[in-house]
Amino acid sequence: MKPSRLNDCGEWVLDRFPLASLWKDHMTHYYAPKNFNFWYFFGSLALLVLVNQFLTGILLTMNYKPDAKLAFDSVEYIMRDVSWGWLVRYMHSTGASAFFIVVYLHMFRGIMYGSFKHPRELIWIFGMLIFVALMAEAFMGYLLPWGQMSYWGAQVIISLFSAIPVIGDDLSLWIRGDYVVSDATLNRFFAFHVIAVPLVLVMLVFMHIVALHEVGSNNPDGIDIKKLKDKDGVPLDGIPFHPYYSVKDIAGVGVFLIFFATIIFYMPEMGGYFLEHANFIPADSMKTPEHIAPLWYFTPFYAILRAIPDKFAGVIGMGGAIVVLFLLPWLDRNPVRSIRYRGGIYKKALALFVISFIALGYLGTQPATPVMTNIARVFTAIYFGFFLLMPIYTRWEKTKPVPERVTVELSLEEQIPALIEAFEEITELNPVSEDNSQHPAFRSVFFSRRPNAEGIRKVTTRLAKKLKESLD
Amino acid sequence: MKNLTTLLLLMILSFGVRASEGVKLQEADVDVGDKTSLLRGAKHFVTYCLGCHSIKQVRYLRIALDTHADEKEVLKDIAPFGASIYDQLHSAMNKHDAEKWFGTQPPDLSLVARSRGADWIYSYLKSYYTDKNRPFGVNNLVFEDTAMPNPLWQLQGEQHEVIRKTIYGDRIDLVLDKEGVLSEEEFDIMVNDLVTFLVYVGEPAQLERESMGKYVLIFLFLFFGLAYLLKKEYWKDIH
Amino acid sequence: MNNEGVDESKRQFLTTALTVVGAVGTGYLAVPFLSQMQPSVKTMAAGAPVEIDLSKMETGQLIRVAWRGKPVWVLNRTPEVLATLKTLESELRDPQSLESLQPENSKNSGRSIKPEIFVAVGLCTHLGCSPTFRPEVSPPDLGDKWKGGFFCPCHGSWFDLAGRVYSGVPAPTNLEVPPHRYVTDTLLIVGEPAEGESA
Repeated sequence: MKPSRLNDCGEWVLDRFPLASLWKDHMTHYYAPKNFNFWYFFGSLALLVLVNQFLTGILLTMNYKPDAKLAFDSVEYIMRDVSWGWLVRYMHSTGASAFFIVVYLHMFRGIMYGSFKHPRELIWIFGMLIFVALMAEAFMGYLLPWGQMSYWGAQVIISLFSAIPVIGDDLSLWIRGDYVVSDATLNRFFAFHVIAVPLVLVMLVFMHIVALHEVGSNNPDGIDIKKLKDKDGVPLDGIPFHPYYSVKDIAGVGVFLIFFATIIFYMPEMGGYFLEHANFIPADSMKTPEHIAPLWYFTPFYAILRAIPDKFAGVIGMGGAIVVLFLLPWLDRNPVRSIRYRGGIYKKALALFVISFIALGYLGTQPATPVMTNIARVFTAIYFGFFLLMPIYTRWEKTKPVPERVTVELSLEEQIPALIEAFEEITELNPVSEDNSQHPAFRSVFFSRRPNAEGIRKVTTRLAKKLKESLD
Repeated sequence: MKNLTTLLLLMILSFGVRASEGVKLQEADVDVGDKTSLLRGAKHFVTYCLGCHSIKQVRYLRIALDTHADEKEVLKDIAPFGASIYDQLHSAMNKHDAEKWFGTQPPDLSLVARSRGADWIYSYLKSYYTDKNRPFGVNNLVFEDTAMPNPLWQLQGEQHEVIRKTIYGDRIDLVLDKEGVLSEEEFDIMVNDLVTFLVYVGEPAQLERESMGKYVLIFLFLFFGLAYLLKKEYWKDIH
Repeated sequence: MNNEGVDESKRQFLTTALTVVGAVGTGYLAVPFLSQMQPSVKTMAAGAPVEIDLSKMETGQLIRVAWRGKPVWVLNRTPEVLATLKTLESELRDPQSLESLQPENSKNSGRSIKPEIFVAVGLCTHLGCSPTFRPEVSPPDLGDKWKGGFFCPCHGSWFDLAGRVYSGVPAPTNLEVPPHRYVTDTLLIVGEPAEGESA
């Protein structure tokens, strides 16, 4: 075909489909603030992981059998007899955990820079709905390998519904389709996992992005870049998404894939956090494993559930921990978006929240001893305190003046010299002894240095001071 | 309510159990890439374990391919008589008989190394001791009241329990009474070979996975390097 | 923003280089993704050669065995049938099996190693239906021309008892003869080529 013919074909399509204007509106003429930092990679990475889950998931369904008698063996069949099945399966199982890592960081970014505030409340709501759909997707997907953890995890979580007064028992029976988790449950979870929830997810992701592109992206300074525009109507602090952020995101994808591949090829079980050891034992409805814990991404909520000493209240607490996140745009009364210009009280509250979320996550993986349960209660209180006291403490906040234009901080690679300087400060040159100096390794700068106590003390105090300052 | 409390209780109890069974495990020295150890382990498995335990997820063919051993040699040296190269390592034991003899069916061992860990199996196989109160006359330090008799006793010999008082409390040691066919060192190597084989069958792809990983990573570093240069080039525009 | 002094050729080069590397990466990823749809080891195990004991076979009898999930026919032909086969050649499309699939040792007019034992994959070469075995001569439904053979009910293809296709029917070539060999006089292996032949 001649090039002109090709052009004609292109024209023919463009006359009938708004490809060019879609590309223009959402890529080359979508203006994003120019000061995006590290935290802004995770949105596009979440999309990448979603695509990964779809592709590998489709391939897995080709050999997986949603039948209680066959499911466990079919997963091992994929791992052994299907060519490259192990790679596809590990991509899917690692992708599940990666999805949550990326999404948690993405959500934290939103909280930190006030991306949920006016006019982006709906983006936050869609995002939270994605998070809930994702949890449902992960939970139902985890039943499919039909190992001991799959089975008993599902048994426990479905039992949560029985806590609901009056209808609870019938509801959990209806969800399971049996008196215990069984073949019927596995089969319906498979249907939900491979078609129903993914469809919902795709629609929500679409709406999340449409809503974002309607109001425009927030930024680390929390400034509305559309206020100041040049004569062509282009925001002064905005740059076209393509090519600037598309090339930046591709570099981010590169870094992400390096971590992702390292896990897949060298530590697919991730020490029992991504694939639990007990899940390599086929499901046995007669025997609960010694210690059951959900996968790491559910453990903060699981720890809250266990911390509350009443079944119904525990379920309410667990659900409430997610519901309060939905309410965030209305709980936070402070109009300043970014953490950079907010008061010390909010910064400290956020720091406490992060600590308690991580601590709850850890406690959820551990057996519930009385001491651990008490600690979990403290962190549960902090978790809810962060949200429920927000309407009060955000009013006391003494915010800093917000600048007119975005500020540009040092990028990651521009911080490397400072890191090298700090390294040189905390170490000192090691006088190399004669016999060692012949070895090539000792000729490099790195090995000829040893820790310097004085330097370490200085750097630590400087860091501590900086940390304290940044919390004010 | 009941369900959950029972589960929570179970968890607390199980923690207690775990704490009491906190026997220090001995470390196995597993190198799945060591093909001769792997083949020795496979042979030991078929000789001493396959009578009761199957490995239904692995075929003899896979063992031959992964160890670069000749298919006919694998069938002759390792597989039981009459097996096909495509057969999985099925046990000949009748399930009903097994329930009668041991009170339980011997589990399939395809994934035991992934659920229990190499060190656990290694320690378990070495921790049998004489105990008159048990039906088979032996008990195990790592897995108390195990239903499995010691399949390797002729090789290892007989051990008995010695309780030593130390400042940290009682410590249980096992002392060899009667030496078996193998010396202690030979026995350790033999058990280690078995464990290596079990680790291998837990995930036969691991050999391939690890050898492939470095090429993927080199490629990704190249990709990232180029992407970074491109980003840097474009971002020159922005100040 | 400042677009002055941009080295367009460097940009172009880097963009091309990254595109190429990305395409190579996607290509490499496509290999495992596509090849996981190939037959698995389990399928290959089920496709292993099958042994057939011929010692109890009567003349005129047809037995069916599964090889790679396909029906394989083993037919013990009577002397009358063998005689008839020789008279049919003018009505056949490929009587010498020049365009059909068979191992070298079965490339003869009887399409078999031993004249009486005929081995074939029982799938029509037209669109893969399994023809029916109709050894009788001139049955009412097939007419006088039928001298015994295999009739495909899907699209009406005719094959004689050597699996050779008649001319004027939809099937393009004779029935496929699978690789097979005799271990002993009465023990046949289907799926393994005879010595000195490739599969």
